[in-house]
Amino acid sequence: MEAFRHLDAVAVPLPQPNIDTDRIIPARFLSRPREVDHGDFLFHDARRLPDGAQDPEFPLNRPDWQAARIVVAGRNFACGSSRESAVWALFDAGFRCAIAPSFGDIFRSNGTKNGLLPVVLPADVVEAIIAQLEATPGARIAVDLPAQTVTAPDGSVHPFEIDPFAKHCLLEGLDDFGLTARYEDDIAAFERRYGRENRL
Amino acid sequence: MAEAPRTLFEKIWDRHRVLEREDGQTLLYVGRHLLHDGGATAFDMLRRRGLTPRAPDRIFATPDHYVSTVGGTLDAIPDERHRGMVEKLARNTAEFGIRQFGLGDPNQGIVHVMGPETGLSQPGLLMVCGDSHTSTHGALGALAFGIGSTEVAHVLATQTLWQRKPRTMRITVDGTLGPQVTGKDVILAIIAQIGAAGATGHVIEYAGSAIRGLSMEARLTLCNMSIEAGGRAGMVAPDETTFAYLHGRPFAPQGADWDDAVARWRQLPSDPGAVFDTEVTLDGSAIEPMVTWGNSPEDALPIHGAIPDPAGAPDAERRGQMERMLAYMGLTPGTPLTEIPVDRVFIGSCTNSRIEDLRAAAEVARGRKVAEGVRAWVVPGSAPVKRQAEAEGLHTVFRAAGFEWREPGCSMCLGTNGDIAAPGERVASTSNRNFMGRQGPGARTHLLSPAMAAAAAVEGRFADVRRLLGA
Repeated sequence: MEAFRHLDAVAVPLPQPNIDTDRIIPARFLSRPREVDHGDFLFHDARRLPDGAQDPEFPLNRPDWQAARIVVAGRNFACGSSRESAVWALFDAGFRCAIAPSFGDIFRSNGTKNGLLPVVLPADVVEAIIAQLEATPGARIAVDLPAQTVTAPDGSVHPFEIDPFAKHCLLEGLDDFGLTARYEDDIAAFERRYGRENRL
Repeated sequence: MAEAPRTLFEKIWDRHRVLEREDGQTLLYVGRHLLHDGGATAFDMLRRRGLTPRAPDRIFATPDHYVSTVGGTLDAIPDERHRGMVEKLARNTAEFGIRQFGLGDPNQGIVHVMGPETGLSQPGLLMVCGDSHTSTHGALGALAFGIGSTEVAHVLATQTLWQRKPRTMRITVDGTLGPQVTGKDVILAIIAQIGAAGATGHVIEYAGSAIRGLSMEARLTLCNMSIEAGGRAGMVAPDETTFAYLHGRPFAPQGADWDDAVARWRQLPSDPGAVFDTEVTLDGSAIEPMVTWGNSPEDALPIHGAIPDPAGAPDAERRGQMERMLAYMGLTPGTPLTEIPVDRVFIGSCTNSRIEDLRAAAEVARGRKVAEGVRAWVVPGSAPVKRQAEAEGLHTVFRAAGFEWREPGCSMCLGTNGDIAAPGERVASTSNRNFMGRQGPGARTHLLSPAMAAAAAVEGRFADVRRLLGA
């Protein structure tokens, strides 16, 4: 997994609430293996007009936000389906951080296992940042994971909470397979105990 | 000193805890892991790490997302990539000695129908599956939740999962439900009240007299859509309804083991005085048959409601969101739901494709005809549901009314197998998500119960099923 420490990048606002993972990547692209570049599937239908042409109004299609690596979204971002390809689509399109007042729980977990940092900030802070991004398209945000802060385009600094375990894995670029292997004896002991009660 | 009272959730959590680190991360043991044909990537991840499944006897699989609902065979799947997904599940499970109910197997079906139906889903178990609707199995008193592909690979390799303890929410629904008010209407009313993120970070326990009175199938519908309220899992405490449902099922304990299991399961319900982080209450007698109008399951109204006006929205954000949804859905504020015509009807999905759902829809379809211009499908949730329905003659009722009677699978709920609606088509659907594009680009989904879907099919527009059945 790619490590995440600091990021200073263009941020794109997606102010709507409840942007679901079906929106982020439609179901018809789910049969692709991970090796396939998922970037082209990101908001595949949402960013197109009914005739299939790119919608010039969609934020990700606007020249100012082509280089965006941070998405700042409305509440309950990436709710719905557990599809990890929602993270892959964002990651392959260059995104490494998503900021929102709240996330779908499964997406949040999938993100931290793929080098995409989910940051929860208070709704009024997110609203203010979105207003700044819309007022100055192409504005940048700085994310400091060790310090757990987000610096908005106006220079204001906002602390955020993150699970210490997820933080450690993101900082080091570790996945949890190696960590779990260290607890082999505990798992084996548990299995002997548990197996007696849960025969199949 | 007496132990502190614990919730149903806490009892299962504690029982599956291998260890807890100082930072609060807990390694949980997975009692039952379910797989479907969308999980090929997890096996790729496993192989790349040179790992193999740790406990194949705790893993069960069935194809559902990519199967054809026209013919229940591999050859009937027209798309090569889709066929490949079903083939990969068969190959991966065969290679590692995992039990698969494949195409043609008498137990094949939607994974969340198969689990309860075979008795694999049981009270007190910790269950996971790479699908957000894994919350379904909580209806039996299990702790069951959906996970992503990387987590699936981790569970395959270690039979464990790292989690931080979620918060708990109790949703109490008291009172007596009115006629034709189903589990679907209860959960839509709950989500309308608490919102699509109302239970984010929580495990929900459903309680109260209206919940206790629900059949197992209605409880499965209820728990299924917990994720649509943001909940990680939904649960109902096991009781006589649960035990009666499970007794005699192929993977349920048998003989003396059954008695032991029931004695254990009776200890599971939340202790008196157990504390939940959040409490929500609803009056069950006030719930009516529901229909959604927007693109989030929280946008639900009683059937006698009218499309809301964005001008009345509490703030600019909600106003903008409502305007976008109404434009997508092709709806005008003020239109009564009962005046909105439908193009398609889909009765199926892990939410509402069980035998009781099909019986309820057939009761409405019996002796009636699908309205001119409406295309209506019934997709049973599993091979056993299909066999049972056919034994009861329900397929004949549906066909006589003009419904298509299809093969089991996820089908139009998310259209991964190609079963989608055309752009602009309005679908009355018993599934779980009315998201933009969920049932195909431009498709307009309205969620409702099986009986209400059948009523929409025969009337050609949303209709109050109570009027049709003289309730």
